[in-house]
This record gives sequence, structure tokens and C-alpha cells, in this order.
Amino acid sequence: MQNKILCWAVLAVFVLASFAPVSDPIVAQEDVSLQLPQGFQATTIIPELGRNRHLVVQSNGDIYVKLDKLKDGAKGIVILRDANKDGQYEIASSFGDYAGTGIAIKNGYLYASSDDQVFRYKLNKKGEVENTDKPEIIVTGLVKGRQHQTKSIALDNAGNIYVNIGAPSNACQEQDRSKGSPGQDPCPILETAGGIWQFRADKLNQSYAEGTRYATGIRNVVGLDWNAQANELYAMQHGRDQFFQLYPEMYTEQQSAELPAEELFMVKKGSNFGWPYCYYDQYQKKKILAPEYGGDSKKQGRCEGVDQPVMAFPGHWAPNGLLFYTGKMFPSKYKNGAFIAFHGSWNRAPLEQQGYKVVFVPFGKDGKPSGDYEVFANGFAGAGVVQSPRDAKFRPCGLAQGPDGALYISDSVKGRIWKIVYKK
Amino acid sequence: MKKIVSVVAFIAVHAAVLAQSADKASIERGKTVYESTCLACHQADGSGVPNLNPPLIKTKWTLGDKNQLINVVLKGLDEEIEVDGETYHNVMPPLNYLSDQEIADVLTYVRNNFGNKASAIKEADVKALREK
Repeated sequence: MQNKILCWAVLAVFVLASFAPVSDPIVAQEDVSLQLPQGFQATTIIPELGRNRHLVVQSNGDIYVKLDKLKDGAKGIVILRDANKDGQYEIASSFGDYAGTGIAIKNGYLYASSDDQVFRYKLNKKGEVENTDKPEIIVTGLVKGRQHQTKSIALDNAGNIYVNIGAPSNACQEQDRSKGSPGQDPCPILETAGGIWQFRADKLNQSYAEGTRYATGIRNVVGLDWNAQANELYAMQHGRDQFFQLYPEMYTEQQSAELPAEELFMVKKGSNFGWPYCYYDQYQKKKILAPEYGGDSKKQGRCEGVDQPVMAFPGHWAPNGLLFYTGKMFPSKYKNGAFIAFHGSWNRAPLEQQGYKVVFVPFGKDGKPSGDYEVFANGFAGAGVVQSPRDAKFRPCGLAQGPDGALYISDSVKGRIWKIVYKK
Repeated sequence: MKKIVSVVAFIAVHAAVLAQSADKASIERGKTVYESTCLACHQADGSGVPNLNPPLIKTKWTLGDKNQLINVVLKGLDEEIEVDGETYHNVMPPLNYLSDQEIADVLTYVRNNFGNKASAIKEADVKALREK
């Protein structure tokens, strides 16, 4: 009899354990250290997850976070769930043996990227990933250099997926980042990288031959999103580094800290934004010929007629997240506008670093900004001056919108995730 | 006898002091080289940039084998490296346009700054490797 009870007790524990969440609920807390516009409130929903990159929120409220730099058998995708809708999230599960950046949900599938592949997982009727062990490979064999290796993804409403393939180079010099080394002309990198490629979202095992080079002349992109209102792809370019270190006779330290602009592109099929031959100077408001290709910081040369950004930001801020807001929670001016998460600079040294914030850009119906950008969330880096990137407490990286219209921001330093709501 | 001992001691102390002040001068000059050549990537405090440019603070690369360190500056480093469990992706360009003395100075500065303490690197050490 006693044995029987014991058996039942053991079984009960097992059954309970299998239903119980992997982690205890994490206590969500209001974070007053972030500065937000009037009426908005930030809550830390998880303080330290891992090397957060992008994140996406499912219509049932589950948050999928893509992680980079996996350690000690950690998985690359984490699901955060608030099962009883009390605002407290727990780690429901984690899966995927690959690190990476991109994550998106479209038409009943979860898409996620490693640095050379794109996978997808079918979502069941409950909106959950059914087979976490066997994703379908959608894209494979992409160039993965040592720099700009991460792949961001975005999906349109016509069955296509867009993948950024960053150029593994600063300015396509013969010897990368080396003083006096000339630019390669034509730049051979552009054949397989330095652009955005389009693939079918439902076709398996595609590589370059099945894909289309949708746009070129883009050094590297991390923030990539589809703007449903304009029905166009948008991307935030990470501009080139080291004008002063490579060409001190042409650029001052101050100019090198501000130039070139970080550019927001409306990416159309066939767009060419000019890298490595051209860069955007936000003061002269035009594309300028790069010094590696005979430029003198003023001459336009072959850069006349190259596609322009729809908005320019100060140099080196490192835009890692782009999100067009379609929710109903925030005031009407935010509708269809863009949030951009700037990871923060390093190439402004010895001047103090900048970025480390989330900005908002209002958009008109024509798919172009309808006003200047404004700072939306600030204070991630902490109270003091950021002299070098390691001084920053947090660095915003990914952005996502919840089904209720709340905005989620991921941090890459400690793995924090905030939920931003509007309280009126 | 006593005289000889004190003369030897005098010379030894002087030599040590001279060497010390030579190192000090090298460190001074190395700071200038660091600021113009290395700081943009490795940052003012030597902490580098997460994921991109490695830190120089108490790492086996900075405090360890002199020849390996000199070669990084002379020949650059075009491979992903791991420092204290973190990987760094950016390429280190060869800085062979710097003179032997400048390389010795900047490495002596790096090895004796940012909380580091390691022996000086001499012009001859660099020269020997450059000629190899």
C-alpha cells in the first residue's frame, strides 16, 4: 500500500514537473532609469537572459528572443511566456543549436537565422513551435565573414524573405583597415555580399543561385523591416569606420567621429546605395566619393546619381534594430513611424561615444519621414559619460511590437528586455 | 676589496636606474604612438570593443610572449581570436610602417599601462623579428 502511494506521489511529481515552466517567474519591475516621453512607462520583464539580438512577439503574447554567442550548451532561441497574463514572464523553453540574430513570424511560421542559414519552424494552432528539433532550412550557404557576419531577416506580404548579407570589410581596401591600401575596383565582395538578397519564404535549401540580389552597395545592415503601409523594405546601414585613422590629412578627429552618416534606406529592387565607393555626408547632404577611390571629402565623382537615404543620422551610432509601428496603444503620431535602436558607437574615440538609445522617426503615407527623428528612449548606457563601449551598462539591440501595441526592447550586454507601454 | 664592492654596487644601481628611466622614456613615447595608432580601436582605457576589437587589459596576448605580440603589430592578425572566453572579429592591420623604436615603445607602454605590468620590449627585439 505504502509502495503504491509512493508510486503515485512520484508520478504526480513527474507530471507536475513536466507541465511546470523551466524557470520560476521572473519578477517584472518598472524601470525608472530609462527616460521616455510623457505618458510612457518601461518595465524590465527579464533582467539577464543572454546575448540578446533580435526578438519577436507572437499574437498569443509569447516572446521569441534570438541569442548570439552561445555558451555551455545554451540554446539559440528562448521563449518567454506570461501564461496567466499577470505581467510576469517565465522562460517557457529554449531550442535551436545555433547562435544568430534574425527572428520573425509570418503566416504560421517562425523564421530564425544563423550567420549563414535561415530556418523556419511551423507554429501549431496554439501558436507554438511544434517541432523544435527539426526546422526546415530555407536559405543556406551564405557568405559569413568575420565581420558583419550576422544575418537579419524581414518578410513581405508576397511570400518573400529578405536577408542582409554584410560585407566582411570596412571599405573594400586591398588590405582591410590598413592605412595607404587602395580600394578594390570593382569591389569583388559585392558579388556575394554587401547587399540584401531576396528568397522565397516557403522554398527549402535556397542559396545564391535561387536568390535575387535585391539591392547592393550596402556595407552592413542589422536593422531591417518591412513597412506594410508603404509596401517597401527598409534598412539601416552601418556606415564605414576610420576616416581619421586612414586619412588624417583629409578628415579631423571630430569630422571622423560624425562622418559618414548612418543611413536609413527605402530599399527597392535594384537599389544601389554606393558602398564602398560612396558614403553619405549629412552636412553636405549628398553622396561623396570615398577616399579609397580618389575622393577628397568633397568630390562626388561617380557618386552622383547613387541612391540616397530617406534619413541620415550621426556617424557610428550602430543601428541594430528597426521596427515600423503598426499598433494601436501609442498615440496616433507613432502609427506607421519607425523606431530605431542604436547599439552605440566605438569609432568616435577619443571623443566620447554616442548612440545607445532608441529614436523615433514619424512617417508619411508616401513612405518617407514626415519630420525629424526624436529620442524615444534614453539612459540605457547609465548615468556617466561613455568613453569606451564597455562603460555602457546596457546597449539596445532588437525591437518588437506586442499584440496589444506595446514595444519591446532587447539589450545585448546583460540580456535585459524591457516592455514599453503608453499609459495616457 | 670593500672599495671594489661599493664601485660594483654603485654601477649596478646606476645601471638599474638608467634602465628604469630608459623604460620610462619608452613608455612616454609609446603613449603618443598608442593615441595616434591604436586608441581608435582598442579604446582609451585599453578595454577594446565587445565582439570586435580585443581588450589589452591583463590578457595573455599583452602580457605573454613578446615575439607573438611584436608579430601582431608587424604582420597584423587576420583571424578570429579568443581572449578571456570572448571572441573578437575585426581584422588587425599590419602596422609595419611604424619604426622598430615606435613598435617597441608602444608595446612597452601597453605592457605597463591599463593595469598591466610586464617587461619592456626593446628596439632590437622588433628589429630581429622584422628581418626574419
